[in-house]
Amino acid sequence: MTRQEDRGGPRQPLLIAKDLKRHFPIRSGLLNRQTATVHAVDGVSFDVKKGEVLGIVGESGCGKSTTARLMIGLIELDDGQIIFDGDVLGEDITLKELRRGVQMVFQDSYASLNPRLTILDSVAFGPKINGLEDPEGKARNLLKRVGLEPDRFAHRYPHELSGGQRQRVNIARALAMEPRLVILDEAVSALDKSVEAQVLNLLNELREEFGLTYIFISHDLNVVRYISDRVLVMYLGEVVEVGPAEAIYHNQAHPYTSSLFAAMPSMDPDNRTEEPPLAGDPPNPINPPSGCRFHTRCKFAESVCSAAKPKLSVIGGDETHLAACHMMDPASGHSQSFREAAE
Amino acid sequence: MSETPLVEFKDLVVRFKGDRTVHAINGLNLNLKPGEMLGLLGESGSGKSVTLKTLLRLLPPKRTDLEGSVKVLGTDVMSLSGRALAKYRGGDVSMVFQEPALALDPVYTIGDQIAEAVMRHKGISKLAAMDVALDMLTRVRIPSPERRLKNYPHEMSGGMRQRAMIALALACRPKLLLADEPTTALDATVQIQILLLLRELQKEFGMGVIFVTHDIGVAVEVSDRIAVMYAGNIVETGKTRDVIKNPRHPYTRGLLAANLHGAVKGSRLDAIPGSPPPLEEAPSNCSFAPRCSLARPECWKALPPRIDIGNGHEAACVLAAEAAVTA
Amino acid sequence: MSMAATEAKAPAEQVAKTKGYWSGVLKRFSRDPVAVTCAVIVLLLILAAIFAPYLGLNDPYKASMIKRLKPIGFPGFPLGTDEQGRDMLARLLYGGRLTLFVGLMPVVFAFGIGSTLGLIAGYAGGWVNTIIMRTVDVFFAFPSVLLAIAISGALGAGIVNSIVSLTIVFIPPIARVAESATSSVRALDYIDAARASGGNALTIIRVHVLGNVLGPIFVYATSLTSVCMILAAGLSFLGIGVRPPEPEWGLMLNTLRTAIYVNPWVAALPGLMIFITSLCLNLLSDGLRSAMNVKD
Repeated sequence: MTRQEDRGGPRQPLLIAKDLKRHFPIRSGLLNRQTATVHAVDGVSFDVKKGEVLGIVGESGCGKSTTARLMIGLIELDDGQIIFDGDVLGEDITLKELRRGVQMVFQDSYASLNPRLTILDSVAFGPKINGLEDPEGKARNLLKRVGLEPDRFAHRYPHELSGGQRQRVNIARALAMEPRLVILDEAVSALDKSVEAQVLNLLNELREEFGLTYIFISHDLNVVRYISDRVLVMYLGEVVEVGPAEAIYHNQAHPYTSSLFAAMPSMDPDNRTEEPPLAGDPPNPINPPSGCRFHTRCKFAESVCSAAKPKLSVIGGDETHLAACHMMDPASGHSQSFREAAE
Repeated sequence: MSETPLVEFKDLVVRFKGDRTVHAINGLNLNLKPGEMLGLLGESGSGKSVTLKTLLRLLPPKRTDLEGSVKVLGTDVMSLSGRALAKYRGGDVSMVFQEPALALDPVYTIGDQIAEAVMRHKGISKLAAMDVALDMLTRVRIPSPERRLKNYPHEMSGGMRQRAMIALALACRPKLLLADEPTTALDATVQIQILLLLRELQKEFGMGVIFVTHDIGVAVEVSDRIAVMYAGNIVETGKTRDVIKNPRHPYTRGLLAANLHGAVKGSRLDAIPGSPPPLEEAPSNCSFAPRCSLARPECWKALPPRIDIGNGHEAACVLAAEAAVTA
Repeated sequence: MSMAATEAKAPAEQVAKTKGYWSGVLKRFSRDPVAVTCAVIVLLLILAAIFAPYLGLNDPYKASMIKRLKPIGFPGFPLGTDEQGRDMLARLLYGGRLTLFVGLMPVVFAFGIGSTLGLIAGYAGGWVNTIIMRTVDVFFAFPSVLLAIAISGALGAGIVNSIVSLTIVFIPPIARVAESATSSVRALDYIDAARASGGNALTIIRVHVLGNVLGPIFVYATSLTSVCMILAAGLSFLGIGVRPPEPEWGLMLNTLRTAIYVNPWVAALPGLMIFITSLCLNLLSDGLRSAMNVKD
């Protein structure tokens, strides 16, 4: 078995997520009856182009991690479709075949390594059970590639490594499966800043070298901007805005996206933030607000916002930049248009 | 300096004994003026939390060797015991933690917890203490504070809990507030609310604050002065503006670059190589030298001098005296 | 590649020399004097029981009407004699054979069956978990002593039947510990990472789950051996376990009961043996528990 062949050509998206839906029931009481539902991911659609880095940002409870796990089948979909290089999951390819092409790196570098296995065994596990050739040699090469000299590190246990070193092992483990898409779920968030920069450099190198595509999930907007080509913004289980990284950073369309950026520390001691862009905490994804889910915190909210759910629509003629806000749509009945609001 | 400093660390050394010795703090000197907000910036293992714990006398005495002195308003913290220590903790100095969910008692209401602290330190009646609690919740801008008084911590969201924690910490009007990564566990849109709240309350109450964080952006947002810690010592300190706009220590510069504020997409990051030293031995030369691209032979020979750049801006680096080495 | 060079430079010294998990456990265990002492005592008791015929003891079955209930230190009988004039020392050491066998075997069997049930329930989750664990819960409704007596009573007296009944008694608690250990490991990211690598359930359980849950289950099972020994002795005491004239501590305690006013020290000896063994087993399992704790 070797690396999966590209089939659809460069213009076919590597992965298409169509209307992904996942609700978690909350059960309680004597009879384990369902008392509430967490709307973790509620109709999320996007595509990932070959060779790009798609950043996903959002606050806790926005469903970004659930989305990641849905894409690799660690959580089952309630509804929706995943299409990997033209093949529909469950029809054209099995979950096992999908997982040959998609791998994931988790946030907690310690919890994602088996404490009883040496790092060499951890990296070699995937290739071994999938019958790849020379799993140990492959693992040693990858450890070397991520900056851990195999002669010194191969037989160490996870607790003998630093956080940055462990995350390098996790990256090597993901690459050992020769994936085409790697999902990085807050993969650098737990690292110290100086170590984070080293790992980001490594990720950029590896992407060039192995022709990888990344989905990069993070709450750190600076990091996402640095690494991503396109950015997807999520709020309470829904996509509120998606577009090229620079457009999202300089020309936010959705009020939530602008608030998220305004909430970033200013880094300028002469020009500190004076007013918090939003009040209160994000609402609980159990029983989310009606209509536009952001209307409870949005300063532009009007009656239409709680009544109807806005659709993702193109902004200002830029086919690649979409946002879900009634102010984008002159026919929505919202009194303001997006440009006025942005003033 | 004419006025008594609020906090004065002098040549503080903290060592942990055990299976292996850890030299957590190595000769730390730091002053805090009354009413000043200091951002103590450092990565994990740099000694920033140990510094706070020393100040509150929270380190396990049997496993800890302490040298040097720590004074708060002229009183030696190490000499306190019994009632004086109890009055000092929570009365003169109080602390806000990273995880309010763990720091608040889950079996008492927010109101009861604040009132209990006030009764203990001020010796007033329960009724009066409840009034103080209500006033505090109003001051930390908790919506409908009367109702929230009767809430248990688990009934509140993360941001509200942190506000309640701040109300509890400030209820006895401490002269010094220690904040240990109070916004790290919060979402970005909530973090900025808490930062601005702390900034306002600090002005309102006129207290001194030591704000520990690993996030340089957060430190810039709240502090008057920044102290950067590395391997158990302060490598650079000065007015926030001076440290950010004119960093003199290579480590500070590395941290600023690693924040990625304005980093060009796809360009190689100028990352600090390696990882922090293990601190099994007391440093005899510059702790940062092994990771420093500008290290010179003298960096390996002796501890770096503390060089005064003016306006209270100091850096522990032989290069600091020279004009800014690079932009 | 510059990355590799830079990272490799700094942390060279700070990482301890690599050693396996079990050598670390052994090292921590050997530093615990209480646990080591207990391990030695238990080992000696087991060895004495196995090699009893070669220790040149008196015949444990040979009764003598004239030498009944002799005190400790009686010439030829260092620990005295029982109510039928049999040598106490020989009977105590020979008694260890049956007592330890009946005390350990049920735990060994229950460890095997209970761990399997718990692993399946914990890993599969959902309705599989519900069926297994609710069934197990039924057994918790009865006190273990009562359950053992009831099953033994139904099956009839005898060594095999006591082992069967005690095994049934110990399966539920072990299954429950196994289930909770497994489901907490199951929630960790490395299991998800292994699933994402395409591992099937059996491979993942073998490589990633077993190593991390068997330790805690084993420690718990060790602590059950003392309970099991006492229960086994209790069954014999009640006459539904081992039958006379076989030497067994519980049974000996029962038959010597009548002699408690005549020669209390000799009558207490079997009880003392049960006490020492179960105490040692308990302390041993405590020592194992702390030695197996990896949290640095």
